[in-house]
Amino acid sequence: MKSKMQNMSHETKTINLEAIEAQYTEFVGRRYIFLLALTLLTVALAGTAVTLGVIKLSIGQVYEVILHNFLPDQFQATEEAQRVVWNIRLPRILFGILAGMGLGIAGAVMQVVLKNPLASPYTLGISSAAGFGAAVAILLGQGFFGSYLIAGNAFVFALISSMAIVAIARHKGATPEIMVLSGIAIMYFFSACTTLLEYFADSDAVKGVVFWMVGSLSKASWNELYVLSFVLAVCIPILVWKSWDFNVMSSGDETAKSLGIDVDRTRNLSMIVSSLIVASIVAFTGTIGFIGLVAPHIARMIVGGDNKFVLLGSALVGGLLLAGADVVAQHIMPPVILPIGVMTAFMGIPLFFYLIMRRRKGHW
Amino acid sequence: MVLKVKDLVFAYSRVTILDRVSLELEKSEVLGVIGPNGTGKSTLIRCMNRVLNPQSGTITLDGVDIRDMTRMEIARKLGYVPQNSKNSFPATVFDTILMGRRPHGGWKSSSSDIKKALEVLKLVGLEDLAMRDFTELSGGQQQKVVLARALVQEAEVLLLDEPTSNLDVRQQLETMEIIRRLAKERGISAVMAVHDLNLAARYADRILMLKDGCVFDAGEPFSVLTEENIRAVYGVETVVKEDDSRPYILLRGPVKNNG
Repeated sequence: MKSKMQNMSHETKTINLEAIEAQYTEFVGRRYIFLLALTLLTVALAGTAVTLGVIKLSIGQVYEVILHNFLPDQFQATEEAQRVVWNIRLPRILFGILAGMGLGIAGAVMQVVLKNPLASPYTLGISSAAGFGAAVAILLGQGFFGSYLIAGNAFVFALISSMAIVAIARHKGATPEIMVLSGIAIMYFFSACTTLLEYFADSDAVKGVVFWMVGSLSKASWNELYVLSFVLAVCIPILVWKSWDFNVMSSGDETAKSLGIDVDRTRNLSMIVSSLIVASIVAFTGTIGFIGLVAPHIARMIVGGDNKFVLLGSALVGGLLLAGADVVAQHIMPPVILPIGVMTAFMGIPLFFYLIMRRRKGHW
Repeated sequence: MVLKVKDLVFAYSRVTILDRVSLELEKSEVLGVIGPNGTGKSTLIRCMNRVLNPQSGTITLDGVDIRDMTRMEIARKLGYVPQNSKNSFPATVFDTILMGRRPHGGWKSSSSDIKKALEVLKLVGLEDLAMRDFTELSGGQQQKVVLARALVQEAEVLLLDEPTSNLDVRQQLETMEIIRRLAKERGISAVMAVHDLNLAARYADRILMLKDGCVFDAGEPFSVLTEENIRAVYGVETVVKEDDSRPYILLRGPVKNNG
């Protein structure tokens, strides 16, 4: 009797293991479905956004233009429609999606390697450094790259600030606290520098700086799009490839070291790569806050903690948020186009408060 | 796998934590490291897998100095169970255990990794919690998950920093039985820091007794766990008896200072 019972309990355990495996496979499968759904949503958003605008074009006309550019013989397009759709709307919406993706994944990586849910391109001072670089270019006409004066300057300063964080980390040990605190110090430093410049500049130039700083997708054209696509095509695979290491690192540096991960090197590498992404976005758009902070939290709520999915999810959520915010900013009070940075802040802050309120014990 | 530690010295700035500690661990052997709080038990364990870098002394695995090995190579041979474990972002129990496969894998877990994690899940009896969030578990359950992660690592030597500190008595014994069984059946050896002298006496093949960062005594449980040694190291009066051919320690009270 007793042995029979033991047998039975042994059997239920075996079934149990298979059940767990099935459960886990389903759990992973669901995440792929979420990512697929987000991708489809992004495509749908882009498809809808190109049909919207001040200049009225029918949906048919819009898609004729797009097809015309791939198959010029089969499809015809008027010159006006070509200009509006192909040169303005399409690059803008695509740039919005890619910029959002970049900010989202950069934020997710910074949060996980610094083990700090408040880390983001903005809170680490990278955005304000880029802003200072742009301000120098606008106000003093000094910069690093001729025609891309403002963008080039912003890029260089964004990189300088992230190198500074990495250098401080290397000198004092790359603890998350040190990196975040250095970031905040850098943010204040560059803000002060920008204010100082503005204080002595004439008011027209200051207006130019303010315009640049609030962030806008209006500078997006195919050239900028190519640059950003290239950066993302190089950087995103590197970060996703490191995603398992990021998982291990969120269990603490000691555990990660004991599981064979060179923690400091991984942290430095991923900070440099994600700063590069941020720098190449901020250089063209100005400061767009909150995407890098909020997108990873939303992604984690949807797909859980596995960074393979968190990183891709943050990119997709970021793209949706930024492109979506830009659509709203363009159409909420036509013909005025609100600055995208203001829009993301207005959308991001309530979301952020919601996240703070529902914060679970001990982690995010 | 033979692990040798020779003349290990570790100091935080000017405070010396470990002073010329040496030890040897044979295949299938379980070594209990005992000593009062602050004697360097945890530091010793963390130096062994290079989580901390000692100032001097050598640690060798089958004659190879671990300083000549990469972290990944060390992680394939040494599994580590820290005293406390904290996740800064959510992760399921199963994903946490799968992390133990990192030293063997590339950028993601394979189906054989999943099979191995499932086996270990069963071994430590955590099947019911597989899909739960790690941070939602009790301290004891977390400790078992971390042990499982080290087991799935398939290391030949386990380094355990008080693996039973958060467990109730039954779980303590279960955990110790698992370690004993792995030592016997798979030739795994283990170094474990323990506070409970009776657990050390019952489950360790040999005992290393530390006092103020130095080895005070080392050897078989009967030779190390004596009334005199315990009085000298812990300042506690005890009576040592024999049970099941192992020493059994009855605590009588702190040593009275007579000035």
